[in-house]
Amino acid sequence: MPGTAPEASVALELRDVAKSFGSVVALRSGSLAVAPGSIHALVGENGAGKSTLVKIVAGVHRRDSGVFRLHGADVDFGSTAESKSAGVAVIYQEPTLFPDLSVTENIFMGRQPVGRGRRIDRPAMYAEAAGLFQRLGVAIDPRRPARGLSIADQQIIEIAKAISLDASVLVMDEPTAALSGVEVDRLFAVARSLRDEGRALVFISHRFDEVFALCDTVTVMRDGEYVSTDSIAETSVEQIVSRMVGREVGELFPKTPAEIGDVVLDVAGLSSTGTFHDISFSVRAGEIVGLAGLVGAGRSEIARAVFGVDGYDAGSVHISGTAVPPKKPRAAIKAGIAFVPEDRRKQGLVTESSVARNVAGVIRGRLTHAGLLTNADENRAAGPWAGRLEVKTNALDATATTMSGGNQQKVVLAKWLATQPRLLIIDEPTRGIDVGTKAEVHRLLSDLAGEGLAILMISSELPEVLGMADRVLVVCEGRITAELSREDATPEAVMHAATARVTHAAPLDTPLDTPEVTA
Amino acid sequence: MSSDTLLVEPSTVSPAKRIVGDLLRSREIAVAAVLVVVVALTTLKSPDFLFSSNGWRDLLLTPSLLLLLAVGQAVVIITRNVDLSVGSTLGLTAYFTGNLFVDHPGIPIVLVFVLGLAFGAFLGFVNGFLVTFFNVPALVITLGTLYIYRGIFLSWAGSSRINASDMPHSFLDLGTKQILTIPVLTIIGLAVLGLVGYYLYTARGGRELYAIGSDPDAAVLYGLPVKRRVLGAFVLCGALAGLAGVVYAARYGTVSSGAGYGMELQAVGAAVIGGVAIFGGSGTVWGAAIGAFLLVTINRALPVVGISDFWQRAVVGALIIAAVVLDRVLSARQERRLVAARDETRES
Repeated sequence: MPGTAPEASVALELRDVAKSFGSVVALRSGSLAVAPGSIHALVGENGAGKSTLVKIVAGVHRRDSGVFRLHGADVDFGSTAESKSAGVAVIYQEPTLFPDLSVTENIFMGRQPVGRGRRIDRPAMYAEAAGLFQRLGVAIDPRRPARGLSIADQQIIEIAKAISLDASVLVMDEPTAALSGVEVDRLFAVARSLRDEGRALVFISHRFDEVFALCDTVTVMRDGEYVSTDSIAETSVEQIVSRMVGREVGELFPKTPAEIGDVVLDVAGLSSTGTFHDISFSVRAGEIVGLAGLVGAGRSEIARAVFGVDGYDAGSVHISGTAVPPKKPRAAIKAGIAFVPEDRRKQGLVTESSVARNVAGVIRGRLTHAGLLTNADENRAAGPWAGRLEVKTNALDATATTMSGGNQQKVVLAKWLATQPRLLIIDEPTRGIDVGTKAEVHRLLSDLAGEGLAILMISSELPEVLGMADRVLVVCEGRITAELSREDATPEAVMHAATARVTHAAPLDTPLDTPEVTA
Repeated sequence: MSSDTLLVEPSTVSPAKRIVGDLLRSREIAVAAVLVVVVALTTLKSPDFLFSSNGWRDLLLTPSLLLLLAVGQAVVIITRNVDLSVGSTLGLTAYFTGNLFVDHPGIPIVLVFVLGLAFGAFLGFVNGFLVTFFNVPALVITLGTLYIYRGIFLSWAGSSRINASDMPHSFLDLGTKQILTIPVLTIIGLAVLGLVGYYLYTARGGRELYAIGSDPDAAVLYGLPVKRRVLGAFVLCGALAGLAGVVYAARYGTVSSGAGYGMELQAVGAAVIGGVAIFGGSGTVWGAAIGAFLLVTINRALPVVGISDFWQRAVVGALIIAAVVLDRVLSARQERRLVAARDETRES
């Protein structure tokens, strides 16, 4: 491994660590070596296995195999309590605080300073918390409850917790995702001072400018595997991006060319405060438009607004020239929009109900006789669709719970196709679906486009976007940062646009070669 | 107790002022004030309610049973669970107590208290074990054990019952004995309240109960011993219900199969009125105790002021709903103010 410190002075070392959940392999062979007094970046696409690796370090999951050492000694954490007492602190993307308790109690929970008779020494506890906040340069009343704190302040509480633990290894999982520029600077200052004290920090981020500004070493992961480790000084954004995405696109079913027709969906100037801004695009009949970007960039939120699940502050949505009113999913369905949500178990299916009932769910009003809906009606309506999509189930009355992810997705698709939509919005079409069924879903989408359906596809998987989409829109932090035609859509181009900071509130203290991307 | 401090900046208010301010805003004081008003109004109507020796004794004595149950219930609710079996546990333990005297005449009274506590603790352990190790909602488990414990009671007692003549005088005297005009049973209740309240406020284990109720998932990530603490809360709640069973036997002298019937809901009601959030994480046993006093006292006061029997339950119900609605409104307001205070400091 080029650029890593010698074995003896490694604070955290993972080698060939693997972890599977049932048949799903989350981590094939993760490796990471972090030296004390270093800020080590861990980068990779969504699903590259970073979070699993972090959870193994935190003691949330136990690894299946591989080496895991802390300061040279083999460790095997069975619980978060064990990792904590070994000096490992993990700050999750979503801070985990107790809203009802004071920030001080949040910091010291489970290891409060105790006086005589093991009673908690509150004055000492508040004084220590005040000292920590002073050191971190933040003004937070130690007595206030954690409820109502901003994400940034919650992360400061988490960091205060880590410092008071005297953690020698500190892992931060995308700590900047929800922070403003000033808050990012504050966090970086804290991180640097912790580094200077000789602690080992792991920093997970999708923002390359931040990685280059803060870290000294970078490890790249891809598909649950270790790819490379380099010193920041000896690498470049281009090099890292190519390592993150370096994979063959050919393994997937490509879209067959279809005749592109008239504009079906026309979105103009759609904005929602704090979520997305000035979103304009169109989707034509027979066209698949991919909405790419990182998790949390605002893609799903845009889709939800178009379909009318969420409201928006400004802008308009038209289907074939007719305005679709905001916040009215029923009107959207009437206008011919179908929406396959990201979380199919919770939002796409009634998992306890039969396949037939699920498929007939949206069109059930049409199936009734004198207001009554019979199983026979549902089966009759659902049969052809289930057959066409080759839903593998013994009978239409099997419940959706028992089915595989791929078959569930087909049921959701069948439900919407039964409404004979003009536009299909599909969020993460193949998440959690095995490779074989994935190809089937892709073939299906391609066929549907061939029949003149307009498809808006959100996907975090680059090969899927690149293989399927006629056009790719890249969303970054609530804005469309690039529109790429099929020919121009290379993994590098998409990743650049997806990680570009549109605006940066505060200047960073290291000059970087962040790619400039214009919409 | 409620930390209503809204400042984001470190507080510059002097500690004495802050403590007074917190007290004035606390839910406990508000409920206590309502209790005082109820007692005062009733006493105006009928001075005997407070100023006769019986009136004074009953005012303190009657709530002592519910006090014990409410304290235990509050501890369980703080962990985001609930124990609906306490009424049955009380009844079963009361019968168990009577039987001890029947089977072992001359048994020391202290031993009876210890055995009653242990028996209740065992029943609580069963609840806690089922809840923590099978990951089933406490509502369902304890609804089940409510019927099971009551069923065991019924089949054990049959149509027989424990009468005053079955129990020694020294034991029954506890039910009416007073020290400095304060009934002994009330003193037992208040002592338990003091111990549990002290534990919840000053011990690590006590604070962890709040943490678990506030966010169970976060508690796991913190590495807190969640299962052990929740199990402990159920054991404590069961033990206190057992103690209440012994107290019941001493107080009423007879134990029939209806003993403790429906008291679990009164205990939940007392805790909720006293400011224990039904979704856990906040509230104190002090509040629950005052809630128990208020609930029992209102029930006794309504007939005195001439409100018909039929309306008494409705009044209690209205009180519970009012308490919960008030909670929602106050916490929504507090959240808004906390967010606003944060925004201010961010902009400055």
